[in-house]
Amino acid sequence: MAKELIRLVNCSMAFDGEVVLDNINIYFNDKKFLTLLGPSGCGKTTTLRIIGGFLKPTSGDVLFDGVRINDVPPHRRRVNTVFQKYALFPHLDVFENIAFGLRLQKKPKLAEAEIKERVLEMLEVVNLKGFEHRQVSSLSGGQQQRVAIARALVNRPEVLLLDEPLGALDMRLRKDMQNELKRIQQAMGITFIYVTHDQEEALSMSDTVVVMNEGKIQQIGTPEDIYNEPKNAFVADFIGESNIVDGIMHEDGVVEIFGRKFKCLDSGFDPMEPVDVVIRPEDVDIVPLKEGMLTGLVTNVTFKGVHYDIIVDFKGFKWLIQTTDFCPVDSKIGIKIDPDGFHVMKKSKYSGMFGDYSSYSDEYDEISDSEYDPEAEEEDGQGGGYYED
Amino acid sequence: MKTKLFAVPYIIWMALFVCIPIVLIVVYAFTNDAGAFTFENFKGMTSYASVFGRSFLLAAIATIICILIGYPLSIVMSKFPSNWQKIFTMLIMLPMWMNFLLRTYAWMSILEKTGLISQLLGLVGLPPLDIINTNTAVVIGMVYNFLPFMVLPIYSVVTKIDRSLIEAAQDLGATPGKVFKKVTLPLSLPGVLSGITMVFVPAVSTFVISQLLGGGKHMLLGDLIEMQFLGTAYNPHLGSAIALVMMIIVIICLRIMNRFGDGEGQAVIL
Repeated sequence: MAKELIRLVNCSMAFDGEVVLDNINIYFNDKKFLTLLGPSGCGKTTTLRIIGGFLKPTSGDVLFDGVRINDVPPHRRRVNTVFQKYALFPHLDVFENIAFGLRLQKKPKLAEAEIKERVLEMLEVVNLKGFEHRQVSSLSGGQQQRVAIARALVNRPEVLLLDEPLGALDMRLRKDMQNELKRIQQAMGITFIYVTHDQEEALSMSDTVVVMNEGKIQQIGTPEDIYNEPKNAFVADFIGESNIVDGIMHEDGVVEIFGRKFKCLDSGFDPMEPVDVVIRPEDVDIVPLKEGMLTGLVTNVTFKGVHYDIIVDFKGFKWLIQTTDFCPVDSKIGIKIDPDGFHVMKKSKYSGMFGDYSSYSDEYDEISDSEYDPEAEEEDGQGGGYYED
Repeated sequence: MKTKLFAVPYIIWMALFVCIPIVLIVVYAFTNDAGAFTFENFKGMTSYASVFGRSFLLAAIATIICILIGYPLSIVMSKFPSNWQKIFTMLIMLPMWMNFLLRTYAWMSILEKTGLISQLLGLVGLPPLDIINTNTAVVIGMVYNFLPFMVLPIYSVVTKIDRSLIEAAQDLGATPGKVFKKVTLPLSLPGVLSGITMVFVPAVSTFVISQLLGGGKHMLLGDLIEMQFLGTAYNPHLGSAIALVMMIIVIICLRIMNRFGDGEGQAVIL
């Protein structure tokens, strides 16, 4: 078992009476890559700033190695932060930026030779050899990012906090830096706590993903768990694309949607319990009409490169299906879903808010975006109008 | 090309009211009444060395006091919520809306032997303060009149320092003192340098303050120059020569000072 390093106990945070963190309980294990994932305003950055010492929780405790550190100022915490906009010192060159923390060390005070050795070593780790005398303003975004990471890591912190560090980089560079960060984390063997609103980034880098929304933790799990077994409609929708429909769980392994019973692998629900059923767009197979478990009308086709995104109307409820087969608009198709393609979830306050593709194309971009406006969705939504609070 | 047109009025203005007068000063400084070329004006200046010395000394003292008051004030101001900051800025600007002469006359009545300060001291049984017509009074007048020119540039630079830089320094282990020394101070230096320029230059050439608060006893460069043009000792050639030398010394001073602030932190000169 990995050693527990940081624990937040019943942490709440309110700014001017507005609650941004609602009774968070979470622990962070040593040498792991953990990601706080959620839309903007979900409290993920607040959580990070509490750990970094820049904010004091309104209530609750922050424990480091079992010791309460609520009142320990940032400069005495054994964590370092990579800030969202890098926050490099404009009056210092690359070398002095990275050496900043080392020069501040008191006991023992580091010799100039050691500082130099460690800075150069760190420049090599982040692939910036030979950049030590450059001014930070002359660096590209990706290079500045690397300097920010080196500046934090050179102090050999036990925990590195990263606040959307790749947010300002373009797509290609993000992918490169994701791999690089993962490599650095494994090579240095320290804990990374990573904040992002990018679900893909979270899934590809993390050992553990914490999905947050509205100041609450929605789900904690491995990337596979989060994707395959989302706990509620919010998580299912936020992580990847999801069709979410109302269903009734008849018994273990049997779920009813659209008035028909289907085999599934889920169990542990009350008989006849109303549930949310998630069907991932890639889990739907397109088959000839006769063989289909359900039949629907194709209303929209978008070419995405590897696959087509098609929108299929099933009794007024529109699904997103990802397929490599081309189906023309207005054609009737049959679909088949394997038992492991159904993910059954308990009803939550998010039921009925997500997972409908009725106003596809206008809304598609927003859905994959971090911002979410339930008001707009309710107005547009047809079918699946179940709402439980 | 079109955008250059907008600069034309300014260029004409500069030529008419900056370049030509400077050329005239130079011409005047090197000629005599008959219009012949001469160095006499500069030779005649040697007797005024003490005026030069006093002017630069008092201006330097006033500038240093302005930094000592203005810098902490700017830092403290920048920590307040933004609507408070607006009020503070307003309060600092407010005196500048009043006539310069009026403000200086006000200081006369404050510093007088029978003035406000002396009366207050009298109330608690202390002897009256007698500093009117001294160098101290002149420095007080300079500090009072020019302090806003120190505070505003420093304040505007300090408020623009990215909050995350301060947090980054704390995060890397800097105590509040170290944060100031290694981040806030170096990043606010450009403001200090332009503040110095904006205080030192007018302070060195002022004549109203020295006449009203210094009682005309201790002449400053401003008084000396004024005297050559408008006063009893009418001699515009000597006046121009003094003005020219003063300008050159000021430029040299600011150049030396700029050495300390490299790169972007240049004080405004020329």
